[in-house]
Amino acid sequence: MGITFRKETFRDDYTFRNSPEHVRRFPFPFNEDAYMYAVNIEPHVVGPKGSVLENLIDVDEHYVAEMQDRALVLAEDPLRCQSLPHMTLAGWDLLELLMEQQALGYPEHFTLSRDGDRWRWINRPLGIDDTFTFGDTSTLPYGPMEYITRQSQGDFCILDQRDGNLWMDAGMVTTQADWSLDFDIGMNFFEWHAPVPLAHEKGIFTRALKFLTNIQQGKPARRLNWTMTINPRLDTSPENYHKWGPDRATVTPENVGQKVHLRVELQSFWRLPRSNGIVFPIRCYLIKMDELVTQPKWARRLHRVIRDLPEELATYKGLTRYRPTLVEWLSKLDDGSPTSPGFGPD
Amino acid sequence: MAAKTIISRPVYGTLSPQPGKHHLFIADAEGALAITDMAGKAPAGFFDGAEIVFVPGREGKHVAALEALQPVQLHVAPSFASLLPRLKQTLTNAHMGLRLYLAGTEGLIGQAMQAALEAGIDHTSMQTEHRGSLARRMQCVHCKGITENVTTQPALCAHCGLLLLVRDHYSRRLAAFQGVCINAEDRSEIPPMEEAFP
Repeated sequence: MGITFRKETFRDDYTFRNSPEHVRRFPFPFNEDAYMYAVNIEPHVVGPKGSVLENLIDVDEHYVAEMQDRALVLAEDPLRCQSLPHMTLAGWDLLELLMEQQALGYPEHFTLSRDGDRWRWINRPLGIDDTFTFGDTSTLPYGPMEYITRQSQGDFCILDQRDGNLWMDAGMVTTQADWSLDFDIGMNFFEWHAPVPLAHEKGIFTRALKFLTNIQQGKPARRLNWTMTINPRLDTSPENYHKWGPDRATVTPENVGQKVHLRVELQSFWRLPRSNGIVFPIRCYLIKMDELVTQPKWARRLHRVIRDLPEELATYKGLTRYRPTLVEWLSKLDDGSPTSPGFGPD
Repeated sequence: MAAKTIISRPVYGTLSPQPGKHHLFIADAEGALAITDMAGKAPAGFFDGAEIVFVPGREGKHVAALEALQPVQLHVAPSFASLLPRLKQTLTNAHMGLRLYLAGTEGLIGQAMQAALEAGIDHTSMQTEHRGSLARRMQCVHCKGITENVTTQPALCAHCGLLLLVRDHYSRRLAAFQGVCINAEDRSEIPPMEEAFP
């Protein structure tokens, strides 16, 4: 049985919803009642059936709608997808990885067949059936990275590894939490993370870089990150901040449940075989408060996390304006009882 | 310079003579003084293999001081934009081993470095020294327009007119600091504009 893809929007009338099954598989990012940065990286191995980790590249009910939203973003602003000239080979690496993983996890939706360099890719949800020559860019309608990431959920950064550092030299970034690929492209690991508060002083990035530069082929790693978004908007780019920023001032006690969304990024890190680059998919999951609080444990825990979040982090994540309203709303769902260990719902 | 800074914010040093036979200096305004100060530490004959490209700026000073160093070539240009085609040609034809020295305003250093990066020179191999104005080159993250010589915080985008927070986040590729709308969440909030980068 295949996935039933929802017809929904991430802009204008915001019809995005999670089905009840998708609420329960939401990658809730807090395993205790408080949050602070950590190098929370672990091996990216297959997880329980029915979770977002059932396949290493997750495809879900929002796939078709997310790809439509991406196409709209790219039509407005082609600079969201860029690749420096030396990154084409890494783009082919990525195309191979995503085609293999999607075909492996969802054979009813995707099929990859190969005859030497002659490849045929069938993407049924998007109605694509293309035959091309692997390694020959002229046989695809876009460059390899753009071609496959127009068909894959999440943002993708491709990092070149040299001089003991990682360089943000290519990417498809349309669902980002307020950072600009166009500005950051070409920067090294420390430079593009420069605006993040507190973490540099804690040595987080030095340790993370050491880990990432040692990632081996076939042994991907992952971590979760999170923020909050008002309305289920995928494109919370700095480019459009002046358009979505005003939404943050619209939160009221009456509309918290529908407007405020927890936004979780499942970030994974994969060594690419030919280019020796690292691809860094940033998969975004959204859940509105009304959906999240159907799991009482998550409601209690989120209340405690948001209430006790250090001010610098709240500011960096852009929560300042509506945090009091959100905490007040969540507090009514927190009876003070203990929460069980671990991420999952009870 | 701002007291609290971030890692992407460029750090400048003090020019010092590097070993080698070919030296290219690119400077504007008071950047000339960084070159003349360095000249005191340079070995005899150093400037026999040196070319200086200089934008005097509005005050038009320091040309004579640079002439006195007797570089093999002194090119005086009215603006950075006007010297860029020549600079690109020089960098394209440069041989391995050319030493690059950039001195003056951040805008000059950043744009000269941008041209050198495009020519394949590693940024860590360039000598830099900041002299003179702290004015910033700023890219508006919204409309992508570059505003030159930004001295205030916040600053108006010269292209789209949004009021922008001038961040310390800096891109060598764009040779610009990032400007982000400061009152996006509530346009009626208008913070006072202060002279921050004189």
